[in-house]
Amino acid sequence: MILNEGDAKKLVLAPVGINLLHGAICATPGEAAAAVQQFGRCVIKAQVPAGKRGKAGGIKLVSSAAEAEKVAADILAMRIGDYAVQGLLVEQCAAIAEEYYAAVLHAPVERATLILFSAEGGMDIEELAATKPEAIRRFIVRTPDAFSIDDAKSMLAGLDVDIAGISDVLVKLYQRYRQTDAELVEINPLALLEDGRLVALDCKFILDDAATYRQTELAAAAASEEPTMLEAKGAAQGLKFIELLGNVGILANGAGLTMTTMDVVKYLGGSPANFMEIGGDAYTKGEAALALVLANPNVKSLVVNFCGAFARTDVMAKGVADAWKVLKPDVPVFFSVHGTGEDEAVALIEKEFGVTPFDFMEDAVKAAIAVTK
Amino acid sequence: MSEFPIIRRTDRVLVQGMTGGQGTFWTEKMIECGTTVIGGVNPKRAGTSHLGLPIFGSVADAVKSEQVDVTLMFIPPTLAKDAALDAITAGVPGIVILTEHIPSHDVLEIFAAAAKRGTKIVGPNTAGLVTPGAGFVGIMPGHNSNIFKPGRTGVISRSGSLGTLICLNLTRAGFGQSSFVGIGGDPMIGTTTKDALVALDHDPNTDAVVMVGEIGGGMEEEAARYAATMKKPIVAFIAGRAAPPGKRMGHAGAITAGDAGSYAGKRKALEDAGVVVVDTPQDIATALSHALKKKSA
Repeated sequence: MILNEGDAKKLVLAPVGINLLHGAICATPGEAAAAVQQFGRCVIKAQVPAGKRGKAGGIKLVSSAAEAEKVAADILAMRIGDYAVQGLLVEQCAAIAEEYYAAVLHAPVERATLILFSAEGGMDIEELAATKPEAIRRFIVRTPDAFSIDDAKSMLAGLDVDIAGISDVLVKLYQRYRQTDAELVEINPLALLEDGRLVALDCKFILDDAATYRQTELAAAAASEEPTMLEAKGAAQGLKFIELLGNVGILANGAGLTMTTMDVVKYLGGSPANFMEIGGDAYTKGEAALALVLANPNVKSLVVNFCGAFARTDVMAKGVADAWKVLKPDVPVFFSVHGTGEDEAVALIEKEFGVTPFDFMEDAVKAAIAVTK
Repeated sequence: MSEFPIIRRTDRVLVQGMTGGQGTFWTEKMIECGTTVIGGVNPKRAGTSHLGLPIFGSVADAVKSEQVDVTLMFIPPTLAKDAALDAITAGVPGIVILTEHIPSHDVLEIFAAAAKRGTKIVGPNTAGLVTPGAGFVGIMPGHNSNIFKPGRTGVISRSGSLGTLICLNLTRAGFGQSSFVGIGGDPMIGTTTKDALVALDHDPNTDAVVMVGEIGGGMEEEAARYAATMKKPIVAFIAGRAAPPGKRMGHAGAITAGDAGSYAGKRKALEDAGVVVVDTPQDIATALSHALKKKSA
């Protein structure tokens, strides 16, 4: 889950005293105008969980309340990336001397935490890493909660920056990363103001989806994700469903096998209509899953590809057969079924559908593509 | 001496969470398959027995009277950290964590503790380990001889379902497996593709390796650097070629952003290292025959 900038600043950075500019989270042009009345010259920033907000026109300077009202209305009506703008952050302008980059994030290959700092902030870190890797300082924290001020100072040694001040920010940022179950907390830019203060001008925060049960305040503040109606229905039923643009419907178990079924549909010249996996704990939800796949009007044929390890193919096949009787879809279906519960599943499919599953999934996919042409 | 993450019949396995529904079902299958299960753990049922095996209150209690080489965790996400730390502190050398959706900060603490004790971890979110003819630990159909046959090809897979299909295809083409190493679908896992590759490279029972990867992360790229140094032939399939960027494909680890973790990047890294990358699972056996012939020629 991602928090919008304003919420991340308020809920993640402010509690440990990382400096922020004066500002307000606003929902309407009127509120934005009132904020400008209070703070004077301000930046109005679109609140949306997408990058490149500035380039998209979602960040504007305003000098008066009247101007703020108009600009706020424009920005609130925008879409940026895949999202409608979800609110505004109005912040007082400040004179900036320098811009830095600071982040704390998971380092999967090291199975640890990575702290990053660069004196050249403001730009995209991937771009900086590609063009000028020596400009990024890195520190790996292998023992959780063991990142000290001295570690931070050693990481920054030799840089022409306020080492004490930045070390303090990095340690606080790491504390919040641990306390909030973050996958990433990033301040870009971390600005040195002309008055000498270090201030977080932007903040990106990603919450670990698996930890929402113990981070209820942050989870409640998360940015809206805008799934399609069918995707939202799937999520509500504990099913991982993603709508795609094609016409071959897919029902498979396990993330790896489902992705592979999509890949093979595309590789053999077809076009997948969805990703829908009912593996793991969801293997008993065949009926709900099939209803979602077939609710997409573009679906012209269906591949059912099961390979049971943990998931029992007989249970999944029965779910499909039961759903078929209720939904009575006018769509040809092509099966490939192997693994746990295979004999019972094949017998059931032969009885209920009058077909024998294909031995290889590639042949089921080929047949499903053929009827869409 | 355990060769974890390759599972052996001589490995003495303790099942944490054995008394639950899934724990019971899969423990029976493991025993049927030849795995040496020596008992289970459930703090509320310490001192009782289940499936004819003793139930201990903790791993620490179990190791007082039993030698334990491997623990297998059927434990829900919120309790997984404590269960893993119990096994690590007790000095068990290998832990298989099946649980999906463990908070990643708990996983960081598990890995840090394991690194201090030298504990090897497989998972989280793995389907387990299979050595056909010897046994299995996890939630794999290791007992199904249509799928798993003893042989000399090692298989590494992030996914249980796809790994099962690949083993089935290999068995049908006459390639039995020396060992199946399910490493798990999470972004942060204890045994990476490279770690599993190293184990199979050193395994005298393995002649060739089939690697089943997924988009996302940097594990296949890391493995490719090691693969370049190997003499045993490797065939790979990478799932997620058709996945749209920015969408998580079921496994938390399977997501691409920009070029990072992309199909094209992984395929290139592997091919540059001399790995044969196939387009569909059906092609694996043919590619493996060719690769083995080329090596012996």
